[in-house]
Amino acid sequence: MPLLRHDLYIEPLDAYIDPPFPVDRAIITHAHADHARPGHKNVLATPDTIGLMKTRYGPHAAQNWQELVYETSLSLGDVTLTLYPAGHILGSAQILLEHKSCRAVVSGDYKRRNDHTVHAFTPVTCDIFVTEATFGLPVFRHPDPMQEIAKLLESHRNFPDRSHLVAAYGLGKTQRVISLLRLAGYDAPIYLHGSCWNCTEYYQNAGVKLGVVRKATGLAKDELKGQIVIAPPSALKEPWSRRMNEPVLAMASGWMTVKQRVRQRGIELPLVISDHADWDELTHTIRDTQANDIWVTHGREDGLVHWCATQGLKGAPLHLQGREDEEGED
Amino acid sequence: MKLFATLLESLLLTPARNAKIGHMVQYFREAPDPDRGYALAVLTGNLSLTNVKSSHLRDLVLQKIDPELFALSYDYVGDLAETIALIWPDTTDDILPTLSELVLDLETRKKSELPGRIAGYLSAGNATERWAIMKLATGNLRVGVSARLAKTALAEFGQKDVQDIEKIWHGIEYPYADLFAWLENRGTLPEIHRHRVFHPMMLSNPIDEKKDFENLKPSDYQAEWKWDGIRVQLVLSDHEKRIFSRTGDDIAAAFPDILDHVGGSAVLDGELLAGRNFQVQPFNDLQQRLNRKTVTSQMLADYPAFIRLYDILFDDEEDVRDLPLNERRLRLASWVARNPSPRLDLSPILDYADWNHLMTLRVQGAEEQGHEGIMLKRYDSPYIAGRPKGPWFKWKRDPRLIDAVLMYAQRGHGKRSSFYSDYTFGVWKDGEIVPVGKAYSGFTDEELLKLDKWVRAHTTNRFGPVREVERKLVFEVAFDSAHHSARHKSGVALRFPRINRIRWDKPPEEADTLSNVERLIA
Repeated sequence: MPLLRHDLYIEPLDAYIDPPFPVDRAIITHAHADHARPGHKNVLATPDTIGLMKTRYGPHAAQNWQELVYETSLSLGDVTLTLYPAGHILGSAQILLEHKSCRAVVSGDYKRRNDHTVHAFTPVTCDIFVTEATFGLPVFRHPDPMQEIAKLLESHRNFPDRSHLVAAYGLGKTQRVISLLRLAGYDAPIYLHGSCWNCTEYYQNAGVKLGVVRKATGLAKDELKGQIVIAPPSALKEPWSRRMNEPVLAMASGWMTVKQRVRQRGIELPLVISDHADWDELTHTIRDTQANDIWVTHGREDGLVHWCATQGLKGAPLHLQGREDEEGED
Repeated sequence: MKLFATLLESLLLTPARNAKIGHMVQYFREAPDPDRGYALAVLTGNLSLTNVKSSHLRDLVLQKIDPELFALSYDYVGDLAETIALIWPDTTDDILPTLSELVLDLETRKKSELPGRIAGYLSAGNATERWAIMKLATGNLRVGVSARLAKTALAEFGQKDVQDIEKIWHGIEYPYADLFAWLENRGTLPEIHRHRVFHPMMLSNPIDEKKDFENLKPSDYQAEWKWDGIRVQLVLSDHEKRIFSRTGDDIAAAFPDILDHVGGSAVLDGELLAGRNFQVQPFNDLQQRLNRKTVTSQMLADYPAFIRLYDILFDDEEDVRDLPLNERRLRLASWVARNPSPRLDLSPILDYADWNHLMTLRVQGAEEQGHEGIMLKRYDSPYIAGRPKGPWFKWKRDPRLIDAVLMYAQRGHGKRSSFYSDYTFGVWKDGEIVPVGKAYSGFTDEELLKLDKWVRAHTTNRFGPVREVERKLVFEVAFDSAHHSARHKSGVALRFPRINRIRWDKPPEEADTLSNVERLIA
């Protein structure tokens, strides 16, 4: 009996990792919607992942919640399960499964860059490493995020009368952008679209320092003049954004690397800030794990699988259903 | 180089026309001579580094990057320049030269030295500068700026009439120091010699049958057949004879049969056609003569060519472009009478009473003689470079339509780079679908999103950038004409196929058969 199937079903535990459909037993790597869905009977995850899932879906999104803190092993029959920080968003975890002599790590989504809003990624040696490949092509090399934030602040200085509307995903990216702005010395209040609010509050309650944030809804038109406002990408097209005077449209995402994509989205100020590993981080991490079997999911599998072959590693693409093919939460 | 790179990036990321013009005006103010002249040449497509081929750039990067990873990346990014700019692995602290220094250096280097120089420049720049260098080197900007828009920005920068720039444009060369001097009121409008240059052509707009006719009076418009060849400009003087294509390429070398039989002095506008004694042969015949640097006597014998004249721009030395069309027509007729040639004739003017009558002529012409359609030109129109709205219309024959089944989809380039936007479609033959053509246009952006989604959800096979899909979706494909073709597996080639409608409702079994398509061959 194999420990782990390609659809991330753990046979000895009769449990799935990040299943896209409701199951009896789910182990969740992190709280983004394409990994954490409501409706499972039993959910095992880190306390913050469970806290964020409850914040987003309500306390009854699962019947039973089982918290497991980082780096504490849980034995279930002959399988031992340990969660390690993945550095992606608050609470995000890699899942280490040990079964007889086999060690498998399912990394979920991860990054290696410095991020004050999360626990830093910990490399875990293993035999089977399941990696994401959102940015699994060598064209993706994310620049220093502070350099990107400097571009935002420069534009903010150059256009003091315009609002700067930064498109950022509500969970993870929003808080990272706020944290980077604070790190760069920007201490004015930052305004948030309603859908970024609850998760930001959760981060603050969890002890992440984000300074003064305010709701951008229900304000008089002029109040957002010259302010930095964060909203989810979908809100850029809503009438909501028209409440601002000629806002500078920015977006914080790894996709902003490719100019043609920036153009398609109508973004004036692209900020390459990603919560996923870029090409160098992916390849370094695969080496760090010392694994021989690399299962690749979530994005541009072909490139990474090919790279594995050139390194003498066994790479296999997993075409998991329910994952975003192109631009999902990042 | 930094300023130019920033300009290109701003142009790419600014969708609004006026904002693009603003960026260019700003650049013309800030950038010094001769850099801004070089930039203008690049923006108008008049400067590309002819010694540098995109294959060299590809070779350069393939020395550093695994070919498979490069191919996957290019497929994903959809733009060669940007792929190389992003994937380039080396950086140095060297300082990039100015735009003009860089162009001069790359234009004058020995071929063997080029790769090293380019690699050095790429390593010295950041990703945006590398991207700009690559754009420069490949000559394929794709930043959403036409030559016309660049000239419009130039006119705005100097507060001049863009028509003045158009008239001399093909007679002047970069870095356009005289032109900038005139724009900044430091000099006079540069003069050009009419014989050496291409004069931008006057083009027409498609007519909107529902809206336009009610505002047009038949007595104001001259009607002619829309001849199915290629539009050319014939420049004749005592010293020189040239034939320019619509884009200003000199194609005279491939048409000695015409040049040997024409004389006189003029600049004429006409249609290059294949045929003997002015009997027009199908476009396919003309195609045998196109895109060749030289031509064999066999070809000259098999596919003789001639020019059917529409208009006159210069009558000897006199610029007649500002005269009304009816006067130019008299000038043209008189010029042809004075300079008779077995390879030049006049495009006849159609006699018609009203629009309904002309409509009947158009249908008859299409069905009986295979005419492409009818041109309508205002009698009082001067010859204006470009595509002014109003004076000239083309009224094409109704397109031919078939229902075909989507077979393969490929990712597009440029602004469509993440979408499956290039579609290969086929028709039934002996219980199978065989490909008959490929279409890239005819759908809205919204439909493109739906098609892209459909392709992803119905993929059965992947071949690099191409996805094979289930044979389920029917397109109503419009095209101008069908021809026999040995190159296509189906034996049929379609001219200018585009997607007329997406038949989400139609079952594939009801699509057309190959024999239906063959019946449409002219």
